[in-house]
Formats: sequence, C-alpha cells, structure tokens
Amino acid sequence: MAQLTFREAIARGIAQEMRRDDSVVFLGEDIGAAGGVFKGTVGLLDEFGPVRVRDTPISEQAILGAAMGAAMTGLRPIAEIMFADFFAVCWDIVANEIAKSRYMTNGQLTFPLVIRSGNGGGLRFGAQHSQSVENWAMMIPGLKVVVPSNAVDVIGLMAASIRDDDPVIFLEAKSLYASKMDVPDGEIVDTLGSAKVLRNGENATIVALGAMVPKALTAAAELAENGIDCTVLDVRSLVPLDTATILREVSATGRLFTVEENPRLCGWGGELSSIVSEEAFYDLDGPIVRITTPHIPLPAADALEDMAIPSIERIVATIEKSMNS
Amino acid sequence: MTDTTLATSTMDLEEKLELYRSQVELRQFETRAYDLFLESYVKGTSHLSIGQEAIAAGFAAAMRPTDWTFATYRGHAHTLARGVPMTPVFAELMGRTNGLMAGKGGSMHLTSVEHGVMGSYAIIGAHLPIACGAAWSAQYRGTDQVAVCFFGDGSTNIGAFHEALNFAAIWKLPVVFVCENNLWMEYTRTTEVTAVANPAADRASAYGLESIIVDGNDADAVFAVATTAIDRARAGEGPSMIEALTYRHGGHSRADPGKYRPDDEVAEWMAKDPIVLYHQRLLTEGATEAQLVKIETDVAALVERSTEEAKAGPIPGEDLLLKDVWADGGAAWRN
Repeated sequence: MAQLTFREAIARGIAQEMRRDDSVVFLGEDIGAAGGVFKGTVGLLDEFGPVRVRDTPISEQAILGAAMGAAMTGLRPIAEIMFADFFAVCWDIVANEIAKSRYMTNGQLTFPLVIRSGNGGGLRFGAQHSQSVENWAMMIPGLKVVVPSNAVDVIGLMAASIRDDDPVIFLEAKSLYASKMDVPDGEIVDTLGSAKVLRNGENATIVALGAMVPKALTAAAELAENGIDCTVLDVRSLVPLDTATILREVSATGRLFTVEENPRLCGWGGELSSIVSEEAFYDLDGPIVRITTPHIPLPAADALEDMAIPSIERIVATIEKSMNS
Repeated sequence: MTDTTLATSTMDLEEKLELYRSQVELRQFETRAYDLFLESYVKGTSHLSIGQEAIAAGFAAAMRPTDWTFATYRGHAHTLARGVPMTPVFAELMGRTNGLMAGKGGSMHLTSVEHGVMGSYAIIGAHLPIACGAAWSAQYRGTDQVAVCFFGDGSTNIGAFHEALNFAAIWKLPVVFVCENNLWMEYTRTTEVTAVANPAADRASAYGLESIIVDGNDADAVFAVATTAIDRARAGEGPSMIEALTYRHGGHSRADPGKYRPDDEVAEWMAKDPIVLYHQRLLTEGATEAQLVKIETDVAALVERSTEEAKAGPIPGEDLLLKDVWADGGAAWRN
C-alpha cells in the first residue's frame, strides 16, 4: 500500500500495462523527456525508452492518425491529447475515422487504442483549456468514454481501457491530478461499464462523474447532517453505461440528482434523465434535477470559474431545496 | 527534381502483359460502374478513376502482398489493383450482402484487409496520418511492410497533409505518399487555389524530401518510381512523396460531365490515355495484337460475370444493422 496522487497513478497504470504487453506504445506532446505537462507520465521514458514512449510534434491529427494506423496493424497505442479542448483540432480522426471504421468495414478493422486527455476546469486556464468534453465523445457511436475519479480507478480503468479492443477516450479531470489516496500494491485491473456505489443513502441518489465525484461525496456528508441521506454513485464510464446499477439505485431512493461539470446542453445527465424517465418513471418520487455548469464557455477568473462549476455549496443547496419543496 | 520520363522498367513482357491486364480491368470495371450508377443499381455516389489507371496498377505491381494501401473515396481502382475480386466490389457499390463490407461502407470506403487494402477514406487528407501509423507499426514490429498512401491534388492544402509529412519525415517512416494530380479538385482547378505549381512536389522540400514528379499515365514510369520509393522505405531510408500527373476522363463524381474543363485540355489528355499508350507500347515491345485483344475480351467477360454475381446478391437484412460497432461484434452501449 502506498499513497499515490492521481497524476502518479496515470504513470503507474500505463507502466503496468507496458510491462506486460510489448504492443503497448505511448505517444504525445511532451510526454517523454518532460514527463507530461501535468507530470502524469514521469518515469515512463526512462523505463521503456524512446521507441515505446515517443514525443511528438504539436500535430494532434498526426498523433491520433498514427495511433489509429498503429492500432489497426497490431499495436495497442496510448495517445495523449494534452488538453481535452484540443480534441477540436483532431476531431475528424476521432469521430469520422477511429469511431466509424470498424462498422464501415463490416468488422475488418479493430482499433485497440486509448486516447487520454486532461479534461475540465478548476485550474483558472480560461475557456480554451478548461472545457469538460465528455459529452462530445459520448455522442459518437463507436467510442468508449471512461472518466475516473480517483487514483485507484485511474490504474484499474486505464488497464481495462488498454486491454479493451475498442477505442477508449480516457478523460482525466485536471483538477484531480493532485488528489491523493492509498493504492494497493500489485496489479490493478478494473472493468469498463461498471458504475460504483460510493455511499449508501435512503432519500436521494446523486450520480456524479470525474471531478464532481469527490464534491458529491462531501455534499452528501453535509446533507446527511441536515437529515437528507443520499446514495452517491460514480458513473466512471459513460460508454458503456452501467444503466442497471443506475436504475437500481435511483429506484431505491426515488430521486435522481446528476452533478455534471460539462456545460448544460446535451450533458450526460440529460441522457441519464431520459433513460430513468423511460424506465423507472413510476419509481420516482420527485423531479430529476441536473446540477451542471451553466451553458457558457468557462471564464478564467477564479471567482467566476468557481461560480460556474458545480460547487459543494450549490450541490447541497440544490438538493435541499428540491427535497424540501 | 527527378526526371522519370526516361525511367526504364525492369519488367519482362509477361509482367508487362499483366500490368496491361490490370489497367484494362480497372478501366472496364469503372466503365461498368458508371453504367450501373446511371441505371440506379449503384446509389449514392461514386468517384471513378477512368484515365488514372496507370497509377493504381503501376504501384500495385511494385508492392508486396503484405504492403498496405491507403486510398481515398476515389478508391475502386486502388482496391481492385491489389487483387480484390470484382464481384464483391460491384456488390458493395450496389449495397448487397455479398459486398466487400456487406454494403455497410459503400463506394467511398472500400477495404479488404486480407489484400492489404487498409481502407478508403472520404475525408480529404485524413488517411495520410493514418498511413503514418501503419508505417510506424511496421517499423516498431520490424516487419518490412510499407504503407502506400494515395491522395488527390486537393489534399495538399489541408492540415493533415502537412502534419503527416512532417511526422513521417522525423520518424523516418516506411510510407510512400502518392499525389494523383489530375489538375482539378472537384470543380476548381488546383493551381487557382494553391500557392505553388506542383502541389505535392513543390512542398516536398519543406519536409526534407526529394521533389519527384512522374508521368502518371505511363504505367512503366509509375512502376519504376514506385519500386524505387518502396525499396527505399523498406530499407529504412524513410518516406517519399511522388506527384503523378494524370487526368480523370470524366467528372468528379456521380454523373458529373466535367464541363467546367476546357475542351482542348480534355482533348489533350484523352490523347494521352494510359491504356491506349500502353497498348501501343506493348506492340512495339513484342506483344501481338491478338494477345492484347484476348486480355480485353477476357476482362470484358469477367466484368459481365462479376456484374451478374453482384446483382444476384441479397439485400442486407436487419441482422447487419447493429453488427460490428464494437470489437465484440455488437452495438450495445449499455447493459
């Protein structure tokens, strides 16, 4: 058992898989010699060398195109897109090429690759380096979308993503990179498409993702002091989506609150609301309520960014108001 | 600049007859595909390579079976030239289950992994970086495979082209980029919207590559330059880019008559029909007219038979709709 930061867990997860499988290679900007701009890949170049850990030019289309071409010819590449906002400059490769080519070729091609990226706000970087883009990826048929919320899940879900034969968009909440937890020794391998119950409650179910998970847990602790006992569910993977666990936990409490960092429109909580409305409507005791970032580009100023992204206070206030009305 | 007009091919007459057969197959396939489009057997769209056959045939002749082709939406010729039978290609164009991808890809996405045809890509320029990835994989695994990536003149003005060339050059990847310069993008002359006269060759030096232009209507010249570039890539000497000058006899796609092009330009290029020229050359090199006519009639019979086999294929059923989004063969995104 060792205490690891979220960012250290990234390197540990990648290293775990690179040790067991020579076909795993890693490419991206500043990932090697620099150890990653967020220091999430420190030590990988030293251990695995420049043939397997390759620094690239600032060429996101080339990075992801190379990952795709390598994946379809026998490798299991991991590609880094430094900030998730940069997906916009290489989205053709993601949405038109990687996502569609297996279906278009009637299954002739397979793309076992992982694209990991620093996602979301909280670091005062302004609108072009802060957006939560999980909904961009979730709406594309052919992409899996994984969003861990803690160091242990980073390792286990990274391993599962690398071993998976489909393309996985692996989004790391930048605001969690410094968070720490105890991590067991030895190999950690998790399962994609499994939501996790982090807290059991009787009155309401809070479903959260990525950086919103620790906030939801803290909010639930405060709400419990005020007599509202909440289940907290970490979605962990948007595609595949563990609807069985979500429906079960929502039905058990009769209330659903989503906590989403993405701007409001077409956030994952909208899809979840639709599923729960269609399939668990008669188990609901009140409206489904989504707690999201407003539908705005994220502002840079700390005061403004803190107002935009769901805070513990806003989660508590919104749930209290809804439960007491 | 390399002058390849005098390049001599190393092929013997037997091999040249095969190269002729390949070009005739591409021509007759495409001619039939056009007819099938007009008859509404082929729906949606199709982009034909009539007039450009020497490039696909010449390169395919220079490639090993284990090498990879990356093609564009104008990819029928590149697919067939690698040995993919006509029937599944016709059937794919017609949306039948006996199609190369059971009708799920269509004309613009022909793929046959078993023949090394690693896809036909319909977003301009997108496949240049993908070809780099395959080449990287070959380099990493030490397999001696070479990726050959075909694209049109219009692709040279999109970002992915430039990213891929730099990437291939710095990693010394075994990839050969082939610009089929047919002078027109869709309906606009390429030189009207491009800063240089030769859209690929004039950019090569920016990536430390030799500027290579070849007569794309001369299959022997194409074969010679292809052999050199592929050998170079296989030997670990890095990428090449070749600009092959050619002309499409028809329009950009579908039933486009290509009337935006001046008559004298069309006439000039029709006089340089690669198949007519190759026919004449083979006669001077010892082939008989009877040999060449037999190839043409054999191919005509093959086209006829393949067309009927394709037409006889079943219409896809619902079982295919939700198949193969994922590697497990299904389309489930939830439990």
